[in-house]
Amino acid sequence: MKDMLIPSVGIITDIRKDTPDVKTFRVVAEGGGKCFEHIPGQCAMLSVPGVGEAMFSITSSPTQRDYMEFSIKKCGCLTEWLHSVEKDAKITVRGPFGNGFPVDGELKGKNLVFIAGGIGLAPLRSVINYVRAKRSDYGRVTVVYGARSKDDFVDFEEIENEWKNERDFSVHLTTDRPQEGWNGHVGFVPAFVKEVGLDPHDTVLLCGPPIMIKFTLSALVEMGFERTGVYTTMELRMKCGIGKCGRCNIGDKYVCKDGPVFRCDQLDELPAEY
Amino acid sequence: MTYKIQKNQLGGLFSAIAAKQKLYLPCTFSGKTDFALWGEDAAFDLDTLKTVKSAKEVFFPQCEDIVSFDTRGGNLTVTEAERETDDFVVFGVRGCDAAAFSILDSVFLSEPVDTFYKSRRDHGTVVTLCCSRPEETCFCSAFGIDAAAPSGDVTAMFSGDVLYLTPNTEKGLNLTKSVQNLLVPATQTDEKERAAEAENIRRITASLPLKNLDLSGWGKDELLEKFNSPLWKDLSLPCIGCGACTFSCPTCQCYDIRDFDKGNGVQRYRCWDSCMYSDFTMMAHGTPRPEKLQRFRQRFMHKLVYYPANNGGTFGCVGCGRCLERCPSGINIVKVIKAFGDNDR
Ligand code: SF4
Ligand code: SF4
Ligand code: FES
Repeated sequence: MKDMLIPSVGIITDIRKDTPDVKTFRVVAEGGGKCFEHIPGQCAMLSVPGVGEAMFSITSSPTQRDYMEFSIKKCGCLTEWLHSVEKDAKITVRGPFGNGFPVDGELKGKNLVFIAGGIGLAPLRSVINYVRAKRSDYGRVTVVYGARSKDDFVDFEEIENEWKNERDFSVHLTTDRPQEGWNGHVGFVPAFVKEVGLDPHDTVLLCGPPIMIKFTLSALVEMGFERTGVYTTMELRMKCGIGKCGRCNIGDKYVCKDGPVFRCDQLDELPAEY
Repeated sequence: MTYKIQKNQLGGLFSAIAAKQKLYLPCTFSGKTDFALWGEDAAFDLDTLKTVKSAKEVFFPQCEDIVSFDTRGGNLTVTEAERETDDFVVFGVRGCDAAAFSILDSVFLSEPVDTFYKSRRDHGTVVTLCCSRPEETCFCSAFGIDAAAPSGDVTAMFSGDVLYLTPNTEKGLNLTKSVQNLLVPATQTDEKERAAEAENIRRITASLPLKNLDLSGWGKDELLEKFNSPLWKDLSLPCIGCGACTFSCPTCQCYDIRDFDKGNGVQRYRCWDSCMYSDFTMMAHGTPRPEKLQRFRQRFMHKLVYYPANNGGTFGCVGCGRCLERCPSGINIVKVIKAFGDNDR
């Protein structure tokens, strides 16, 4: 009988350095192909036996048939180890975990606004590329993405070369501070969303550092967005990924199982302990 | 059908059971009683009411291997740990600990199933034991548990020097059948004796100091109201975060997953963990529960509000009273319940 605690072997077939501290890893199963299927927004437990195991969002779209991708920021033992490995390294993978974004439910047919800060683009990229692959199922798409500097955008090439050319897509980038060689917008995301001019009837998917989520959400509410129209992801410590080890329990929810995607009105019903 | 056996013949009964399958029962070590594997020289103890650790250890061990990795030669192979494949018996589980099994079941047997736990549940036969002398720290009746009729594959009850055994399930019937030559069918007089003892147990239970513990106001509602109560500050003050309450609790099920480097590979195991520990929720960039108050509150909110919210109002405590006895700071779930009760009035 299969147990979700037991991982399988994954092979890192490609490593892309996105920013000074983010690398994107392409992972396939030992016999080739993906380790498992997923929904955009779902996560996987990656581990290096003896070093550690942690939860990462799957940044590739499920419509990518050949591999999964993970954009990982260097911040601790396991991620440092991953940043030091070469192509063909073996790791362990288990999943998928979590609910994912309701791409085939509530989001279908909607105009979508993606707002990301820093590495927060990782879970959203999965949805964005899913929407691109099924373009006619969704309405107009707006992407607002902020990073510390122009060198800190994850997937910059894809954004510039593909997203910006996608039908009915508008992409707005901003950096925290001015910089030589950057002609784009400068400023923080919460202020920038107001300048971009969004339609409060659109559905928002918001991911980033907690502080950025907090201020962006207030900005959105000021602009007339309903909390029921804003989806975000939550990050807590995880071990099992299946709602049993107790680690990611908050109120009556387990982030690994009931999340990581929550609507902002659902968050209001939870204790403010995240 | 009920059977009986004399108390002084229990050693023989246990040998007979252990000859066919593994047998776990409360045994005394260094003056303390805990569930352990039966051996001919085992000092079994069916009198102690509250074993140090609860009977959950038989199904959810404090520490168990789950998977190992061979990492030699730059390779990586994954080998799952073995599941339980042999039948075994757990003898002498009290009603509270048995009720706690259903709580653990709701966690571990819900999808996706924990196959390690399930293999033990599938192979284990549970013999519960009525509590002849409930203690002052017991409050199982507050959770609707009857110490005179605990659930289980077989229910055992002492009356004087006689132990009565009543099989309730097919597993239970198989067990009594396997040792039938040592058992005597109970007569009508025996049945009366047994009913009288049950009454006796219920009378004692009804006279316990915590019998009127009032759980109204707790449960799935008022989650944020309870969470935000100012009472947690004073309640959590004495707690030293030792985790004794969580480790001795029959319903606590939080665990950690860790790796042990064996030199030629890695053994991944899981072990009990405690929400009372400051590193329980620690992430690379901090923890959402840096304060003792928050960790203390988590334990009790989980038992009294969060678990009920997900389980049709059933509480995550069975009133075994272990945390009342074990806490070095004298704080426990009863004090929490009462503090909120007094405040409401
Ligand atoms: S919370 Fe205390 S009384 Fe309740 S089951 Fe756990 S140890 Fe027993
Ligand atoms: S046993 Fe008492 S002191 Fe120890 S963690 Fe539990 S409540 Fe705190
Ligand atoms: S990670 Fe174990 S309960 Fe969520």
